[in-house]
Amino acid sequence: MSDPKTFFLDEEEIPFEEGQTIIQAALSAGKFIPHLCYHPEFKPHGSCKLCTVRIDSRTVTTEDGQSVKIPGRAAASCTTPAQEGQHVESEVPEILDLRRTLVQMLLVEGNHYCPSCEKSGKCMLQGLAYDLGVMDPHFPQYFSKREVDASHPDILLDFNRCILCELCVRASAEVDKKNVFALSGRGNTKHLICNSESGKLGDTNMAATDKAADVCPVGVILHKRHGFEVPYGQRRFDIAPISDNPVQYAPVKEQV
Amino acid sequence: MNAPLPKRKLKVATTSLAGCFGCHMSFLDIDERILDLVELVEFDRSPITDIKHCSPDCDIGIIEGGVCNAENVHVLHEFRKNCKILIAMGACAINGGLPAQRNSLDIRDILAAVYAQPGRGVHIPNDPEIPLLLNEVHPLHEVVRIDYFLPGCPPSGDAIWKFLTDLLAGRTPTLGHGLIHYD
Amino acid sequence: MPGVNSNGVDEDAVIGEVLSRHQSDPTRLMQILREVQERIDWLSPDTLTKVAEGTRLPRGRVEGVAGFYHFFHTEPLGRYRMLWSDNITDRMAGNADLMARMCKKLWLKPGRVSEDGLVSVDTTSCTGLGDQGPALLVNYRPVTRMTPERVDRIVELIRHKTPVAEWPAEFFKVEDNIRRKDALLGADFQPGDALKALKSPQEVLDAVKESGLRGRGGAGFSTGQKWEFCRAAVGTGAHPAHYVVCNADEGEPGTFKDRVLLSSYADMVFEGMTVSGYVIGARKGFVYLRGEYRYLLEPLNAVLEKRRAAKLLGKSILGRTGFDFDIEIHLGAGAYVCGEETALLESLEGKRGVPRKRPPFPVTSGYLGQPTAVNNVETLASAALIAAKGATWYKSIGTPKSAGTKILSISGDCERPGIYEYPYGVKVSQVLADCGAHDTQACQIAGASGLCVAPNEFGRRIAFEDIPTGGSFMVFDNTRDMFQVARNFAHFFVHESCGFCTPCRVGTTLLANAMDKIDGGHGGEYDINDIWRVIRTLKTASHCGLGQTAGNCVADTLQKFRPSYELRLNVRDFEPAFDLDKALSKMREVTGRDDPGAHFHIAHRKSRAGIGTKAGDPA
Ligand SMILES: Cc1cc2nc3c(=O)[nH]c(=O)nc-3n(C[C@H](O)[C@H](O)[C@H](O)COP(=O)(O)O)c2cc1C
Ligand code: SF4
Ligand code: SF4
Ligand code: SF4
Ligand code: FES
Ligand code: FES
Repeated sequence: MSDPKTFFLDEEEIPFEEGQTIIQAALSAGKFIPHLCYHPEFKPHGSCKLCTVRIDSRTVTTEDGQSVKIPGRAAASCTTPAQEGQHVESEVPEILDLRRTLVQMLLVEGNHYCPSCEKSGKCMLQGLAYDLGVMDPHFPQYFSKREVDASHPDILLDFNRCILCELCVRASAEVDKKNVFALSGRGNTKHLICNSESGKLGDTNMAATDKAADVCPVGVILHKRHGFEVPYGQRRFDIAPISDNPVQYAPVKEQV
Repeated sequence: MNAPLPKRKLKVATTSLAGCFGCHMSFLDIDERILDLVELVEFDRSPITDIKHCSPDCDIGIIEGGVCNAENVHVLHEFRKNCKILIAMGACAINGGLPAQRNSLDIRDILAAVYAQPGRGVHIPNDPEIPLLLNEVHPLHEVVRIDYFLPGCPPSGDAIWKFLTDLLAGRTPTLGHGLIHYD
Repeated sequence: MPGVNSNGVDEDAVIGEVLSRHQSDPTRLMQILREVQERIDWLSPDTLTKVAEGTRLPRGRVEGVAGFYHFFHTEPLGRYRMLWSDNITDRMAGNADLMARMCKKLWLKPGRVSEDGLVSVDTTSCTGLGDQGPALLVNYRPVTRMTPERVDRIVELIRHKTPVAEWPAEFFKVEDNIRRKDALLGADFQPGDALKALKSPQEVLDAVKESGLRGRGGAGFSTGQKWEFCRAAVGTGAHPAHYVVCNADEGEPGTFKDRVLLSSYADMVFEGMTVSGYVIGARKGFVYLRGEYRYLLEPLNAVLEKRRAAKLLGKSILGRTGFDFDIEIHLGAGAYVCGEETALLESLEGKRGVPRKRPPFPVTSGYLGQPTAVNNVETLASAALIAAKGATWYKSIGTPKSAGTKILSISGDCERPGIYEYPYGVKVSQVLADCGAHDTQACQIAGASGLCVAPNEFGRRIAFEDIPTGGSFMVFDNTRDMFQVARNFAHFFVHESCGFCTPCRVGTTLLANAMDKIDGGHGGEYDINDIWRVIRTLKTASHCGLGQTAGNCVADTLQKFRPSYELRLNVRDFEPAFDLDKALSKMREVTGRDDPGAHFHIAHRKSRAGIGTKAGDPA
């Protein structure tokens, strides 16, 4: 077997297998790249853009001897295949700032009242916000009026917190083969819908054991009668930041 | 405490708008470190002093709670006008927090429900002494420019301490893992 | 009688009939929904369930498609649906007053249905009639050159419940307005000319490459190269095939040249598609026709029939065995993003028009995952011309880097709006002189996503190497307010963002809200800084060209027409994000108070209702 191919992530050499995306290779190599809609078990689709990186920036020397950086292209690392010798920038001020802005956009778009959210402490959006040092939502809140759907016996949906990552849509279609969730509307009216004429989850064939019931990175799809079970201070991201142990988010070998 | 002492004591004003005083309680949670703090600062308008209005030369204003009524807006303007640095402290100040959860309902419907008296209709108090409620609760930074944000519900005593010591030492405050919390 | 609606239409029968005409094929969902809606006015929950059952699609998928496109409605919107084109050029021609007049006479509010359920009036993105506006769509048929008199007559027709089919034909007259012809529009081209001249596919491909033809849809990719990649790619799966797609979505505000090509040069376009099919080895081509051009469907189908009869389409074209190619027209339903080629392909497959991730590119994995060549209408017409007249001739027109001609759609402040064809390399100043523009302060070239050009740049040229354009050319004279131009475009992108990716879904709204805040007199330097931050995020992180360019108009005008912003800015560096005084309105209402304590005297000027205003907010 020939030497593994490699690319550079923030100047560090990262090996990859043919067909792997940048984020897959980075996480497997123990380098964290923020992500929300990427999930090791599903086909990437690239909507949240938290994983954006810059690829192949160049530095040129001008006639008067000054170095000028020409920024490379920006791309979602979860949908961009890794390529031999590529130079990828991730933890650089411009990209970190971009990610903070994206988190803030998500925070004002939905209604995120963490103190009363069952997901607090293990929420990916919150965890990323902490990791990026997001101290405030910055933009004016939408205060959009969204619903809670309690029609299902075991599962509660709080759409106030939906970030439209479509993981539940993908899980229900690909793993559960049920298509319980879908999207409707578009632009700023885009929203999650349930697969029933009433629009209620209770009228679908969703089961608490479905993959879709456990895939939501934020606090939308919740198991009823379970909440606030782990005390403050001992929850997932109380113990370790989201960026800790990146290999936990790496694709399982067979899936590559 | 390694912060270099400022030449003069900094004037700090604090207040609670649409908040629960939880953040102020947490402030007191910095325990004996408050003694270090009073070496560095002097409290101006604050629930812990009895000063009713900000002095025009306040250095730092710390505000807990969002803006839910007309009076909140006036107090916030007073703070902005008189403080060089304004800090939004706590979840409510930063995104409206728990009080903002009323925003999903129309204030007219809420009042109609609250002030409905069986058989006697709805009588909503309209005394000019009572500040009017805003249609929606808003975070501070939608009303005035805010310089720093200290999240948490409430932020822990440690977070407040780290934040203030950074600030008093002239460093841009950073919290880092364990101290930055939205709840 | 069950299933029969109030208009006496048997809904179940209609759904069954439409489904069977389309073999209940889920990839034809868009066409099925449109045809059902044309017959029974709206797509009720029950209708969606039946269509889902018929096509064996999950119901949520069907509802999601119905909810994506502006021209599908899942709520009843009346028997007469009036949609005013709301491009900036329609605004300049006075559409707002006309629409207000219509609403007043019909006793209704924009966006609402009249109480008797008869009529609704709303706005829609540019309808491609910029040279003959203000325009509106009546049940998705265009009415041009609206005047107060026309509004009054239409109101009368609605009141008398006159079927749209019986309205005066002159209302629906759409002119070509061709003002300048060059190599393409002036060509002596008879149907079949290109096909009769065809040599081997490789030779035709070489000619297209040799001609230097580049895409006219905006991106400017080499057409020869695109066809070469597509020809080299192999089809996969159970039904391997290659496809030709003609992009006739023409959604860029201010463009209408594809409409004219399809109205009067359809043979050339179809012939270009056939040439493309011949080169890449496709037997099937689709025209993706924007919903706004629904009225062209029948005439275009008639042209296709004639071509089949003349052996220019179908099996064994011109008697050559093995040269089989046919064309089908698919209609869009009001979504600018579907002009983006991968969103277009999704839509063509009967899905929500969300751009795909790339790679893979359409040339290897396009329609149904098969190799597909997507080209603009004008590109395909030019390809037909090249096949008929040769590459050398074509290459001699234009500039070395931009071969051939470009058709411009000119609208706005000029005496002779319409269609102008120029060899590439023409100066902006020349174009302005030809169309009779005076005291011009700016041109918006290439649409809302394009470039705002100020007078000091009028010496620049229309060419890929200088100012590339899909063809939109809007002229603004000194009386216009460039801030309002940018604000109009910012709202366009809010309406048209597909909502897939965070930066565009949220950023377009934040941008438009900031522009509204400035418009209302509540903006400060703080807001300008925020605007730059949003624009950077849009440009860097958006998934497709829509989001990446959505901030261009604001960025350009902020740089080139800065005073139009500054004069609106409040002297204060910070102004509240919302109207403080208005925020007490509900309490004033319920308490009856109006004393000074019930007002804020800081924000006097009322902000105009923009997005973010919620239903039920008192004005
Ligand atoms: C938001 C968006 C809208 C577009 N709209 C159109 C359109 O209406 N017509 C078109 O031909 N190309 C449009 N394009 C460009 C197409 O994606 C594609 O590049 C083009 O159809 C290729 O054809 P060409 O090479 O012949 O230009 C659009 C692109 C984007 C990003
Ligand atoms: S989903 Fe996450 S960010 Fe949103 S309220 Fe819950 S914990 Fe907070
Ligand atoms: S419900 Fe959760 S998983 Fe589904 S789209 Fe919303 S945030 Fe994503
Ligand atoms: S940039 Fe806009 S239109 Fe394009 S995919 Fe993202 S949300 Fe959709
Ligand atoms: S993780 Fe890559 S776009 Fe969401
Ligand atoms: S008052 Fe402190 S978080 Fe609500």
